[in-house]
Amino acid sequence: MATDDMEHVIRVRGLKTAFGRHVVHDGLDLDVRKGEILGVVGGSGSGKSVLLRTIIGLNRPVAGEIEVLGQNIGKLEESEFRTLATRWGVLFQFGALFSSLTVAQNVQVPIREHLKLPQTLMDEIASYKISMVGLPPEAGAKFPAELSGGMRKRAGLARALALDPEILFLDEPTSGLDPIGAAAFDRLIRQLRDALGLTVFLVTHDLDTLNAVCDRIAVLAEKHVIVVGTMEDMLQQEHPWVRDYFHGPRARAARASVEQGR
Amino acid sequence: MVWCIGSLEQQGEAFVQQPVLSDAAPIQVEQHEGVCVIRATGAWTIDTSATVAQVLNRLSPAADQTVQIDLDGLSALDTTGAWLLYRLKRDLRYAGFSVSFVNVRESYGALIEAVAQHDAPCPISPPAEHSLICQIEDLGRGTVRAFQSLMDLVGYTGLVVAAFARVIANPRRMRWASLVHHLEHVGLKAMPIVGLMSLLIGVVIAQQGEFQLRRFGGEYFVVDLLGISILREIGILLTAIMVAGRSGSAFTAQIGTMMLNEEVDAIRTLGIDPVETLVLPRVLALIIMLPALTFYSDIVALLGGGLFAWLSLDISPGAFIRRLNDAITLDTFLVGMYKAPFFAAVIAIAGCFEGMRVRGGAESVGEHTTRSVVESIFLVIVLDAMFAVFFSTIGM
Ligand SMILES: Nc1ncnc2c1ncn2[C@@H]1O[C@H](COP(=O)(O)OP(=O)(O)OP(=O)(O)O)[C@@H](O)[C@H]1O
Ligand SMILES: [Mg+2]
Repeated sequence: MATDDMEHVIRVRGLKTAFGRHVVHDGLDLDVRKGEILGVVGGSGSGKSVLLRTIIGLNRPVAGEIEVLGQNIGKLEESEFRTLATRWGVLFQFGALFSSLTVAQNVQVPIREHLKLPQTLMDEIASYKISMVGLPPEAGAKFPAELSGGMRKRAGLARALALDPEILFLDEPTSGLDPIGAAAFDRLIRQLRDALGLTVFLVTHDLDTLNAVCDRIAVLAEKHVIVVGTMEDMLQQEHPWVRDYFHGPRARAARASVEQGR
Repeated sequence: MVWCIGSLEQQGEAFVQQPVLSDAAPIQVEQHEGVCVIRATGAWTIDTSATVAQVLNRLSPAADQTVQIDLDGLSALDTTGAWLLYRLKRDLRYAGFSVSFVNVRESYGALIEAVAQHDAPCPISPPAEHSLICQIEDLGRGTVRAFQSLMDLVGYTGLVVAAFARVIANPRRMRWASLVHHLEHVGLKAMPIVGLMSLLIGVVIAQQGEFQLRRFGGEYFVVDLLGISILREIGILLTAIMVAGRSGSAFTAQIGTMMLNEEVDAIRTLGIDPVETLVLPRVLALIIMLPALTFYSDIVALLGGGLFAWLSLDISPGAFIRRLNDAITLDTFLVGMYKAPFFAAVIAIAGCFEGMRVRGGAESVGEHTTRSVVESIFLVIVLDAMFAVFFSTIGM
């Protein structure tokens, strides 16, 4: 695998975002390679969710360029943008399910919106997607308000996967899941990546997830990406925040469990 | 002859002998002695799945045989394509065939395997109830619920009164900041719209009244009409309805959204009474502001009527005021004003009450907001009728 001519599905250059006078990012550069799982970490409020929302076009940046799948997000026509948006799936931090629809109908929304499939096939797709994310079949006919927080997250993932996207944006997918469920979630993401060649942009605080699934890790601090690299690279870093993060007691425990597993 | 394509079936043997579809088709079927080979070709992805599913539907087996599904020609596969392949194999199995995949690339195999593990049909929506019995049942339930909710509203009013009594006993518990905030929002910020509406209504009443009264040569009575109708009924009713639509609905939406975010539960678990913190400031704000808005509305509506009278009937402002002075008494004005705090209490309590009954999701916020507006306007009008009887009985 060459590193220089590697195809980048997401390229962010000189990104600056701000809310009023509160600057969240300044001079942020980031590349996401095709087929990798990139973990994005950073303290609470460091702007991970805002970065994700900016890349998928929900936030207008103050300055900078964002290219997704070779197209410049800022320069697209409305219709081009909508077509591009079918090529990624997003799991929001709080699920963001449509409360007036059942889980299965939620999964079918993007399909219904963009394709014309027979109803039976759509029902089958919803069924296996729901099962795939680890929900029991009964969950299909439930409304989001009737689900637990973790179940909502899974339902959100099922909806993000509905169109078999090329890029998956996940905002803290394993927070609020039980450890067994979280491990299964990690496995699922790897499996999907291996099978579909998905690229995954994963915001997480979960060190187990970082260890288990991420190919590379990007650290967001001081308004930009301070380092990008593998877990091994992170362990060599001298930056105090990165040191504290990856050498803290929780990090050690997570690493130990992974090494034991090997 | 083992395979035939449903749509061609009726057209006789000739077609069935050549089951190979056109090149663009996602599958091609071939016969080798005793083995039927189905070649999946091209991209089997969600974008092509409609065509693939259609072609697969038409595939109907005719006799026992060994079937091989050849994946060599696949150029792309996603979970939807994998699902269709898996389903093809499963259905053929059920039909008694011996089926296997051949020339499977490793990644495709893993994908089909992954999908196969998740063959668990799930219900899409809760079972629908459409029968006549169900509708009759719904009607019954709806009626019972309507009465129930009226009783609950009465109970809720009790809670608010109790909270008010507690605050009177211990004024430090009053949320002054919140009260002032709501005073501004329900009172001050409503002034432009209430004013505009009242002005126009004043003009309309004067204009319509003059038109009718002129036929009896009594256009001077327009002033009486304006004074009595606006001060007794129209000023207060219009203002109350405007406030119900503006502030009552806002109360419901605010409190309803807080219910959804579990904010109200959080308030409760912190040992704070949500009625005291959320409801009482809103109710008091409206009780203070609705009379004020009514007074303002009365004045502006009379101004509108007076303006019309002056410009179009040549009743000078001085004459208008003298005439008004003769036509109305202090009681006329007070009748309208007495009603205001009661209406305010009804609107605010209904708004907060419906807000607290929000459950589930955004849908519920909308439903209860509608209900709060309908309920409060209805109750305001019922109360108004009762007041009319009451005031005429005591001779006001
Ligand atoms: N809509 C908004 N308006 C104003 N400021 C915002 C908005 N959204 C986010 N911010 C600010 O941007 C900063 C970054 O927020 P963001 O949600 O990206 O944090 P995060 O890194 O995702 O944190 P967490 O790990 O807690 O989810 C925060 O300081 C936040 O206050
Ligand atoms: Mg976040």
